Amino acid sequence: MRDTPDTTEKISTGRRHFARGVAALGGLAIAPGVFLYHTAGAKPDDQAVSSQQRWGMLVNTNSCHEECDACVTACNEENGVWSLGRPETDAQWIRKLNVRDRQTGHVTSMPMMCQHCEHPPCVDVCPTRASFRREDGIVLVNKHTCIGCRYCMMACPYKARSFIHEPLEDQLPHSPRGKGCVESCTLCVHKVDRGDNTTACAEACAEEGHDALLFGDLNDPESEISKRLEKYGGTQIRADLGLNTGVRYQGI
Amino acid sequence: METARFSAIDANSTQYWILLGTLVLGALVGYLAAHHMDVEGHHITGMSNQIVWGFPHVAAVFLIVAASGALNVASISSVFGKVDYKPLARLSALLAIALLVGGLAILVLDLGRPDRLIIAMTVYNFKSIFAWNIFLYVGFIFITAIYLWMMMERKMNRFSKSAGFTAFVWRLILTTGTGSIFGFLVARQAYDAAIMAPLFIIMSFAFGLAVFILVLQASYAWTQRQLGDAILHKLRVLLGVFVASVFYFVLVYHLTNLYATEHHGVERFILVDGGIYTFLFWVVQLLFGCVVPLVLVFMRPFSQSRHMISLASLLVIVGGLAQLYVIIIGGQAYPLVLFPGMEESSSFFDGVVAQYAPSIFEILLGVGGICLSLAIVTVGIAVLEFLPESLSDKALRLESVTP
Repeated sequence: MRDTPDTTEKISTGRRHFARGVAALGGLAIAPGVFLYHTAGAKPDDQAVSSQQRWGMLVNTNSCHEECDACVTACNEENGVWSLGRPETDAQWIRKLNVRDRQTGHVTSMPMMCQHCEHPPCVDVCPTRASFRREDGIVLVNKHTCIGCRYCMMACPYKARSFIHEPLEDQLPHSPRGKGCVESCTLCVHKVDRGDNTTACAEACAEEGHDALLFGDLNDPESEISKRLEKYGGTQIRADLGLNTGVRYQGI
Repeated sequence: METARFSAIDANSTQYWILLGTLVLGALVGYLAAHHMDVEGHHITGMSNQIVWGFPHVAAVFLIVAASGALNVASISSVFGKVDYKPLARLSALLAIALLVGGLAILVLDLGRPDRLIIAMTVYNFKSIFAWNIFLYVGFIFITAIYLWMMMERKMNRFSKSAGFTAFVWRLILTTGTGSIFGFLVARQAYDAAIMAPLFIIMSFAFGLAVFILVLQASYAWTQRQLGDAILHKLRVLLGVFVASVFYFVLVYHLTNLYATEHHGVERFILVDGGIYTFLFWVVQLLFGCVVPLVLVFMRPFSQSRHMISLASLLVIVGGLAQLYVIIIGGQAYPLVLFPGMEESSSFFDGVVAQYAPSIFEILLGVGGICLSLAIVTVGIAVLEFLPESLSDKALRLESVTP
């Protein structure tokens, strides 16, 4: 059967209205996401991370208080790293390290975590490439391909990694964790990718009024971290290993 | 020398089935222990975030190192042309494969995610010595199996020398790889030493031969086959030379470390105040694993006794396990040095010697791997013609020796 011209016109109009309606609704639905995304300055999901950024952290040990562990608490809450009451096997992504000079007795306190090396020994030794370094300098573990051999833990000079020794519950969606895999500080990669431009530990330190932790882009000469490093300098822990760490320290 | 006559051993005896049953049971219990560790998680073991490799690694590395060493007897005949050793070559190759399989079984079952073995077999990071080792281990089994085929199939005999040479080179690379697992760890005070690779090679010579001598003596004694003095005393002297070589490499390793001030801490820990590790080093590794075996194999009247050769071999094995315990676990127990010359402390056990005691599950897994290796040998010699019917001096046309 063939449509008369009148019927075709009617149907077409109907379709057009419908299509417009769907487009408008769809637009309305995704618009806030698009605009908020823009406002937050985040990287769209389909855009790969690039080596234009090198995310890093500057720790000013002169401002770090020995008795304060706000950074540790904040990290644990942000990433769901709960203690199971067994210190030897509990995971620790960040810890407070006290270093005492035997000669002078001077004690320096500082947070210690994955140093996000440019040449990470953990990535070198991982047999399945589960330990990897993103283009933007963040060193991560792919929890889908980690076989739990723990060779990365043997290789890390900073004792930054933890093996998950028992079944876990209540993991957070943005921080997948599981028995039998190795994990460490992700530099709050979910916050970085969201465009927060900070980490949970740095936020907590600032809230305490200590401002000992500064997150930023080491490749951007205009970033606060780059400016401070240029002006005051910074030290790498175990610089002798030539790993070019993304975490730098002042006052050690 | 005429070609030796080989035959499979008679498996129709109660003793044989008791032996095989015990070994299979041991392997099964080891598997169940590993399964329990897998379900519950490694917190039920003595391992922790400080000691990440425990007793299973000690047993596994021992078996893997001994595997490459066990092949030496075959290599001596095919590569170095010592025909006296030729009748032992088949058993040597079988033992090499069996020990490696047992060691690998332990390593795999101790993984945090043993179910992901397929990933380790399909995704490789060629900068990782671990990934290389997967190739080296699988390749070793494959090449040694081909070598066995060349030796056992008359038509292929002419290729056995080149297959033996390939296997010999491969085993040297393999043990270099095993030693380099530790040699490449730049951050740890006890490791990060190029001497680890040759040390592991010479350790493999000694441990592999010690296991070989015991298996040879047991299989000939229990099957009422003749094992002559001549061949046994050749192996005895060889064992002594290998044990002395291990001592030399251990000496050089520690002297080098003692020269460098930065390593004084870890040396003091192992040699003086490391508790169990110091005891294991001086008493088990050096005294019982080195000095006593040297006395037993080189000094009369001990060297004339077959029992003393067995005892020396057993002590070399015990000393070898102690040596690997000191290297693997002692090396981790000594804390990482983040700030040289400073005292470190934290809630994550920085700056303190880590505590470790193997759990029953780890020991069962380790022993299970050893049982698996021996079970493979036990089945192998009953199914195929691995053992010469006689190794008497007369059969081998060797001059009787007076040790």
